[in-house]
Amino acid sequence: MDEEIELAFTLNGKAVRRRVPVRLHAVDLLREVFGLSGPRVACEHGICGACTLRVDGQLARGCLLLAPQLEGTDVWTIEGLTATGEIADLQNEFHARNAMQCGWCTAGMLITAAEILDAPAPMDRQAIREHLSGNYCRCTGYQAIVDAVEATRQARAAGRSAA
Amino acid sequence: MNRILREAADTPAIGAAVPRPNGRRLLEGRGRYVDDIALPRMAHVAFLRSPHAHARILAIRAETARGMPGVLDVVTGQDLAETVQPFAGLLVHFKGMKSAQQRCIAVDRAAWQGEPVAAVVAETRRQAEDAAARIEVEYEPLPAVGSLAAAAEPGGMIAQPELGDNVCFTREVEGGDWDRAMAQADLVVERSFRFPRHTGVCPEGRSVIGDWNPADRRLTVHISHQAPHMIQDCYARLLGLSESDVRVVCPDVGGSYGIKTHVYGDELATCALSMRIGRPVKFVADRLESFLSDIHNRDHAVTAKLAVKRDGTILALGYEGTQAIGPYSVYPRTSVVEGNQIANICGQWYRLQGYRAKVRALFTNLAPYSNYRAVGHPVAVGVTEGLVDAAARQIGMDPAEIRRRNLLRDEDFPLQTPSGMKFEGMSHHRCLDTVLRMMDYDSLRADQAEARRRGVYRGIGLASMIEITNPSAMFYGVGGARISAQDGCTVRLEPQGGIMVLHGCGEQGQGTETIFAQVVADAVGVPMGRVRLVTGDTDATPYGGGTWASRGAGVGGEAAWQAGRALRKSILDLAATIHQRDAAQLDIRGGIVVDAATGEQVTDLAEVGRVAYFRPDTLGGVRPELSVTRHYLPTQYAFAFTNGILACHLEVDPDTGFMKLLKFWAVEDCGKVLNPLLVEEQMRGAIVQGIGPTLLEECLYDERGQMLNGSMVDYLVPMAAEMPDMEVAHIETPTRESAIGAKGAGEAGTAGAPAAIMNALNDALSPFGAELTEMPFTPERILRALGKS
Amino acid sequence: MKAAGFRFLRARCVAEALALKAEHGEDARFIAGGQSLVPALNLRLLEPRALIDIAGLPELTGIRVERGRLVIGALTRHAALTGDPLVAAHAPLLLEALPYVAHAAIRNRGTFGGSIALADPAAEWPACCLALDATMVLTGPHAEGERRVPATEFFRGLYATALGPDDLLLRVEIPCQPAGTRNAALELARRHGDFAIVGVAATASDRELKDARIAFFGVADRPMRFAEVERALAVEGVSAAAEALARQVDPPADLYHSAATKRHLAGVLLRRAVDRLRGAA
Ligand SMILES: Cc1cc2nc3c(=O)[nH]c(=O)nc-3n(C[C@H](O)[C@H](O)[C@H](O)COP(=O)(O)OP(=O)(O)OC[C@H]3O[C@@H](n4cnc5c(N)ncnc54)[C@H](O)[C@@H]3O)c2cc1C
Ligand code: FES
Ligand code: FES
Repeated sequence: MDEEIELAFTLNGKAVRRRVPVRLHAVDLLREVFGLSGPRVACEHGICGACTLRVDGQLARGCLLLAPQLEGTDVWTIEGLTATGEIADLQNEFHARNAMQCGWCTAGMLITAAEILDAPAPMDRQAIREHLSGNYCRCTGYQAIVDAVEATRQARAAGRSAA
Repeated sequence: MNRILREAADTPAIGAAVPRPNGRRLLEGRGRYVDDIALPRMAHVAFLRSPHAHARILAIRAETARGMPGVLDVVTGQDLAETVQPFAGLLVHFKGMKSAQQRCIAVDRAAWQGEPVAAVVAETRRQAEDAAARIEVEYEPLPAVGSLAAAAEPGGMIAQPELGDNVCFTREVEGGDWDRAMAQADLVVERSFRFPRHTGVCPEGRSVIGDWNPADRRLTVHISHQAPHMIQDCYARLLGLSESDVRVVCPDVGGSYGIKTHVYGDELATCALSMRIGRPVKFVADRLESFLSDIHNRDHAVTAKLAVKRDGTILALGYEGTQAIGPYSVYPRTSVVEGNQIANICGQWYRLQGYRAKVRALFTNLAPYSNYRAVGHPVAVGVTEGLVDAAARQIGMDPAEIRRRNLLRDEDFPLQTPSGMKFEGMSHHRCLDTVLRMMDYDSLRADQAEARRRGVYRGIGLASMIEITNPSAMFYGVGGARISAQDGCTVRLEPQGGIMVLHGCGEQGQGTETIFAQVVADAVGVPMGRVRLVTGDTDATPYGGGTWASRGAGVGGEAAWQAGRALRKSILDLAATIHQRDAAQLDIRGGIVVDAATGEQVTDLAEVGRVAYFRPDTLGGVRPELSVTRHYLPTQYAFAFTNGILACHLEVDPDTGFMKLLKFWAVEDCGKVLNPLLVEEQMRGAIVQGIGPTLLEECLYDERGQMLNGSMVDYLVPMAAEMPDMEVAHIETPTRESAIGAKGAGEAGTAGAPAAIMNALNDALSPFGAELTEMPFTPERILRALGKS
Repeated sequence: MKAAGFRFLRARCVAEALALKAEHGEDARFIAGGQSLVPALNLRLLEPRALIDIAGLPELTGIRVERGRLVIGALTRHAALTGDPLVAAHAPLLLEALPYVAHAAIRNRGTFGGSIALADPAAEWPACCLALDATMVLTGPHAEGERRVPATEFFRGLYATALGPDDLLLRVEIPCQPAGTRNAALELARRHGDFAIVGVAATASDRELKDARIAFFGVADRPMRFAEVERALAVEGVSAAAEALARQVDPPADLYHSAATKRHLAGVLLRRAVDRLRGAA
């Protein structure tokens, strides 16, 4: 039998507690135990970023986090970030520019991009590209994604200076 | 602003940059891919794969594995040999081709590293893997053919000893007057080229759930695939079922690019295992097994020559290429289409007077090999455009100028090329002029000269090209493959006035469903938001070919148009009956039936639907036919050829051999542009897939056939930081064969990017007299060309 | 592929971590950020029976200055160096190297100490430690208290360090660099965030470069300084140093680069690093 532990953490804003096998990585845990489908894997060795989650306010590779390492953390997936509306503007920009084709990389891209939407310092396209450089997309050619991130950043900055 | 619905009455949806309605779910983490499907009683399979490229299987001991926690079944190839038929991709129009028969799980002998040799079914994937690790297999390693060079060596090792040699297929093509053309030549430039073996790296690994229901005696296959009806036919025959006993459902697909148009032994075995245990069985290829078992492609060694006159006139092109395929010809599309397409298209966009091509496909003990995005094109375009630039350099002519003098002209069409291809219409010179304008060619050249003085080496590369799209039955059907070239579409009016579209050609993310919705919306006369799509289910949709060879918009779109027009007629006839009007004087606009002359509303579709479905008794014997199906197949031309041009601007650091892509431009003529937003992103994605194997991607093997870089750590895919911005423009030369006039658009970027980069690189390196024709262009190769390593 | 089964044991202090390790022996591994270990588990390259989670050890955290030394706790995450005023003041070389380390998501979880303990020959931190004359502070079940090992003796071979199988790296101590010190961290990688093909981390007290310390990574089984190169640079200049490097360095080929290419690239980076050291302070 797989060793199990009692695991308690916050998932998309709700406290959860469950007995889970320790050998699951975070994506398998969220999919198999918590019934989510937004987090996905494309490599399980840290390269592709499809598994990207927000853990304690920071980006993390879901495939490189073991279930027990989530103890006491605050975990957000694309489902939660969609529900709060936090990245609705970014999602709209992605949609308007067709910055997703097959959609496999999309949640990871959105969560990764979300981290720099409010970064105060100006960021040129190359800096955006470098921030996204750990997220693999085979379909889009990246440009529409960079465009969408750039547009959202600018809109938010304009909103801030208008406020 | 969740959905952008085109409610405006008269704005056509076709041609508009409409975002994909079905993209929203992908943005919210609500896509539904095979791995998201969990069925009652579902079990999981893991495959044990051969660690050897070629080995006899002497014994398989699985007792320990059988006793492991959660294990339901353990099978070897032998256990499935009775129930699953062997297979090989052989097409009769590829004369003389041969192949050994492949088993879904190897029997007695494994012929590549990664071939399944046993399978474990367990309650979870983890348990299946734990048990697979405990199966003991005794192998006797056999000599393996570990490279193209080894396969070609006379008297060398043989990948499939029973075949006698490594030759799967050869073909020679000759057209025009070779000798006359050569006699006029002032010079003949000859080069060798190498195109690496690479693979698709779909973000979603191949995935399948076989769900055999013993009560219904019916197999439902949920599969990440591009061609559901093809899978239905193949699986039925290989599993000894009738076609109607097999239902194939393709949900969202996480990238396919040609990788998912084939029959794979492990996927087929998954279904056979479901039939054995009477429970659904899921298989999801992980990244490591994807590298070893997804089809590989290209792996071409070429020598080619171009005969030209001093004034830049191109006379003749000669091509000789060998491709290293895997140990079997992949079922059912074969492993030789890549070479065959090259023979068909290489150089054919120039006014050639003579043409010769010789292609050869050789078996190896490397991973199976077959069609991947832009089959053959990167090689054909790379060789042609590389030679054209080499010739231009040699005679001191600008690369744009030599193209201007030799590209097929508008007035040349229609024509039959020396290789025998029929071209309906192209726009090479308009594309060339447009791209030169977009990139401001003269300024770039001035910048290049100025930068060189500062010791900065920039290069500009052009690549003209053609692309095979909208294949007719001359592609596979003629060779006996049961792969549909036609597509069917059913369009139905719903009682509340909505339009339901059932289509045999599905979505892989390129936006096929959006295109169909646009086409049907205009065909019927309704806002696009009223149109709903069902694709990817053999139980629901008309028979169709699926999504490959850039056929979705051109072939599938036309079927949708025809069906939509037919439904429109039915609706108008019915409205005319209900309202005692003349159907010819009615029109449907924005979902409203109006008087065509005055625009006055006569009725709406919901009212037509209400009467048709709930009060047909009031129609005085008229029987409304509000579900209509149309099928479409191109017949005049074997293929709808598109054309275009790519341009690349890059900078090389001659100290390090590193290259930075500064910018790409693409002008494409894919006929009628149905949705520029989708076409442009297709183009950009395709360019990046072309950049991959030109700079980074290569499946590396040692001489024993062991893959050296089978993980994403070592196999380098393009990531955002190194990719350039890309500007895309369109020229429209619609095909007259169909009403909508669309050709395909999915592959041109992949076809042309390698050539554009190669030409730009060699342009940048020309002050050093260095030239590279072996891809990928790694820093090491560039340094070597510069004499620095 | 999915990781094989293991037990997950959480240590609350160094003593407990060492005790757990003693109890489980060779079958157990310490896990810090997991950014190198978990990929190895997922690939089943490693199948330890137990993981001992050291992420909660208070003794291994924090960045501070003590007696003229910048002390970096082993558990300091790569990202935590960003914008740290003490690092910026006393070891700015690290901040020059930081952008080369992996990607944001990995920098958020991977630890400074994990990278040193792993000692990947192409990693940035081990080379920086060598250039900065750092001292590694370790402890283990057999040693009495703490052991201090200078960077020059710490890295011993391919993924091999002075850490015994049951030892813990506690912290790294770096002599505070005087103001005006010149630094250069450069690397060549095919893609942003990849491990380096070759890289260099260098520091010198002034533009004369008489005392430059130049550590290369990706050129051997461990980070390397070449005395002859540094001497040639001090005495004769960069060309002589490059020649010395070409003689001394014998890099292992990797999948995409031959020894000759790496040797050439190391020479190019040396020249660039020297230019950088000589440039603006
Ligand atoms: C895609 C990707 C790209 C990367 N790119 C780079 C890069 O460019 N440069 C780079 O330097 N790194 C890179 N890394 C590795 C990353 O920096 C790791 O975080 C780091 O190497 C290990 O730190 P960790 O805390 O994650 O260690 P872990 O993975 O937890 O542990 C690694 C090893 O060190 C041991 N260990 C950890 N901490 C201690 C300790 N305190 N005492 C004793 N033993 C210990 C563990 O037992 C284990 O054997 C990359 C990783 C990935 C996945
Ligand atoms: S699945 Fe985690 S990085 Fe690829
Ligand atoms: S949209 Fe398919 S991988 Fe990014």
